[in-house]
Amino acid sequence: MIQWLARSLNSRLRLARFVRAALNHVFPDHWSFMLGEIALYSFVVLVITGVYLALFFNASSAQEIYHGSYRALDGVRMSAAYRSALYLSFDVPAGLLMRQMHHWAADVFLCAIIAHMARIFFTAAYRRPREINWVIGLTMLVFAIINGFLGYSLVDDLLSGAGLRIAYAIMLSAPVIGPWLAFIVLGGDVPAYATIPHMYGMHVFVVPAVIAVLIAVHLGIIWRQMHTNYPGPMRTDKLIVGSRLWPSYTAKSLGLFFLVFAAIASLGGLVQIDPIWIYGPFDPVAAVPGAQPDWYLGWVEGAMRLFPGVNLRIGGWLVPEVFFPGVLFPLIVFAVLYAYPLLEQFVSFDKRPHNVLRLPWQHPFNTALGCAVFVFMIVLLAAGGDDVIAVASGASVVALRSLLRVLVFVLPAVTFAISYGICVSLQRRRSVVHPPASGVSAAVQDESAGSLPRSQKA
Amino acid sequence: MSEDRSREDELSGRKQKHASAFELLVTMSVLGWEAFRSVARILARKSSGETSSTVLSHPEPLLLDRAADKAGTPSGRDLDLETPESAHRADWGTLLVALAFAASVTAGVGFLIFYWSGGGNMLLGGTLALCLGFFGAALVLSARWLMRHREAVEPREDFSSSDTEREAAFEDYCAGAREVRSRALLKWMAAVGLGMFATMFVSLMRGLGSPSGQSLFDTVWKRGQRLMTADGKPVTSNSLQPGDSITVFPEDSIGSEKAQTVLIRVNAQLLRLPGDRSDWAPMGYLAYSRVCTHAGCPVGLYEAESHLLLCPCHQSTFNVLDAAQPTGGPAARPLPQLPLYADADGNLRAGSGFSEPPGPGFWEMP
Repeated sequence: MIQWLARSLNSRLRLARFVRAALNHVFPDHWSFMLGEIALYSFVVLVITGVYLALFFNASSAQEIYHGSYRALDGVRMSAAYRSALYLSFDVPAGLLMRQMHHWAADVFLCAIIAHMARIFFTAAYRRPREINWVIGLTMLVFAIINGFLGYSLVDDLLSGAGLRIAYAIMLSAPVIGPWLAFIVLGGDVPAYATIPHMYGMHVFVVPAVIAVLIAVHLGIIWRQMHTNYPGPMRTDKLIVGSRLWPSYTAKSLGLFFLVFAAIASLGGLVQIDPIWIYGPFDPVAAVPGAQPDWYLGWVEGAMRLFPGVNLRIGGWLVPEVFFPGVLFPLIVFAVLYAYPLLEQFVSFDKRPHNVLRLPWQHPFNTALGCAVFVFMIVLLAAGGDDVIAVASGASVVALRSLLRVLVFVLPAVTFAISYGICVSLQRRRSVVHPPASGVSAAVQDESAGSLPRSQKA
Repeated sequence: MSEDRSREDELSGRKQKHASAFELLVTMSVLGWEAFRSVARILARKSSGETSSTVLSHPEPLLLDRAADKAGTPSGRDLDLETPESAHRADWGTLLVALAFAASVTAGVGFLIFYWSGGGNMLLGGTLALCLGFFGAALVLSARWLMRHREAVEPREDFSSSDTEREAAFEDYCAGAREVRSRALLKWMAAVGLGMFATMFVSLMRGLGSPSGQSLFDTVWKRGQRLMTADGKPVTSNSLQPGDSITVFPEDSIGSEKAQTVLIRVNAQLLRLPGDRSDWAPMGYLAYSRVCTHAGCPVGLYEAESHLLLCPCHQSTFNVLDAAQPTGGPAARPLPQLPLYADADGNLRAGSGFSEPPGPGFWEMP
């Protein structure tokens, strides 16, 4: 059967050479190379569960009275969107499971993307010729964050309403184009009648399509350029070492897909996420104290809380206080990330293509910078929940906020110093045994040293 | 309050109902996993003991014809399925994979049973996870036990095309371009056409939402409108005691997001309003926009002792005695104030619109 199919396809499409090359494509084995795969597979889970949810979700802000099986909200006025989400959660068999899996898959997706990006950053896989995939990957991160936000805002519960107001204020604050931006994206002064349909269109059609295309390009480029290797015997810029796609790599990767799916299913089944029925429907007059965005936007929220209230007047024009932490700061963060491969090339004059990864301790500055940025983001994330921390610890929000304003600079600096020191001492310890020859690429040194960890997968 | 209570009751009821099923599921899966792992460990020890002699017996790399032979021999483990010892390994591997697959099918059947009988979220999610997880495990196990793994070494191709290829491509492009008779017209078509299509496309965005109306500047309230509570009762000068606060709306748009206003009564002697607002607060009644000037959240909390309005989103505070100037947190602009007066019947009415457009700041904000 398969043979017949293969033969008939080949006699029409001249497939054999391509298929043979594909089956024999070499992929290096290392656990850290699975992070991108996990992101890919959680995207697949997002699409599967998302399509199912879309069959039930009613993207409308029309006001209705609820008379469903969740008695506590009986007779309450709410939008059709929120009502359909309640119906999905309480009346559709496995509907709640699908909704929770979808939300968890988004969190796993973003977590995997960030972990994957950290692996790329700390092993310097972004160097030539892979800058292009670094840029594509970052773009996918941006779109993933946007779609995560759109997704949990669509449901139109009280918590997401708070997030929507803040998103509106952030977009509105952009100089010159702000009002146009906010009105085009959210359909007017939130909560406008068109807000939910706009977000639905973007969440379901535009952003996933962009991400899907970028994934295809990302994978195509990996295929074309071949994967990087960790330093080790025979792993040079001219050779790739790994296992072939067929059959064991295929089986393992497919197995990973099912394991990721299983992990998301167990999270969706056993761990509650976004219990919209507890928050209640959106109410323009009410606000939830202690409200936080999902974690991947917590750093923006933290910056908004820590940034002092400073307005800027340019002539008769206003740059509101929200602009600096809400627009300028994320723009700078992503601009630096986008430009990082070029900046490094500019500083190091290293424009050669690299196929062997650099280990974190081999470049103390890079590693220390990465660690410092991570700690910076974690402090901002904590600042995004400072009211919750204050309530839990009994400290006053004002005192906590002034402390965090100091820590947000001090802790990254300390982290930088410590991680720099660790890298330098590791470098020294290794160079005692094998003095590095200057001008020789790290990969060659490592090969001659032969003391480095290499793939343990057999 | 009672609504909250009933919600909690329902939730705790749900939780209890699921708790026993959940515990059973967790115990079963933990036990199953442990049993499975101990069997796997015994099998692995047995089989690796038997096959250790065959490891590295065929160090020849699996190279394609295009691969470089000078690469040398890879030192990866290479299990040869032809030897009798590893035939054992294949047997044990088959058993393991079959076990995992059977577990997956069992869990899948469990999922179907729970689905059709209306099982709860935890049972559905748990069985689905076990089904998919064991299936994934079966695949990974089959890769580890039933497939030979050899390290492959291959030369990498250059990232760039060779100079001759590049020049040939460029030459073909130029040859084609030379054949075009009127290149200028085509260039104009490309430039103007693209510009036109882009402008048309961008213009379509206008329909999605346009701030060109006055809605951003709209201060909602008009002179003479009565202040109404959320349930539609007019507010009179006797409605509040000093220290109290309520949310009020204009009489024609009750419940409106943008018009929501917090009405506070304070001791009139404490007021420090600017001179031109001296008659805006009759009998100590103060009205401010309830939409935070920072990020647009409802400024919901009033602390009567400190006379502060607090925004729950980012903890900005505004001093109501002092025309709602920000005193802490990230807000930079005061809450717009609504001038008030009391009519002959004692009803509180708006003297005009808000002192500034309500809501978060924007570029053209006065």
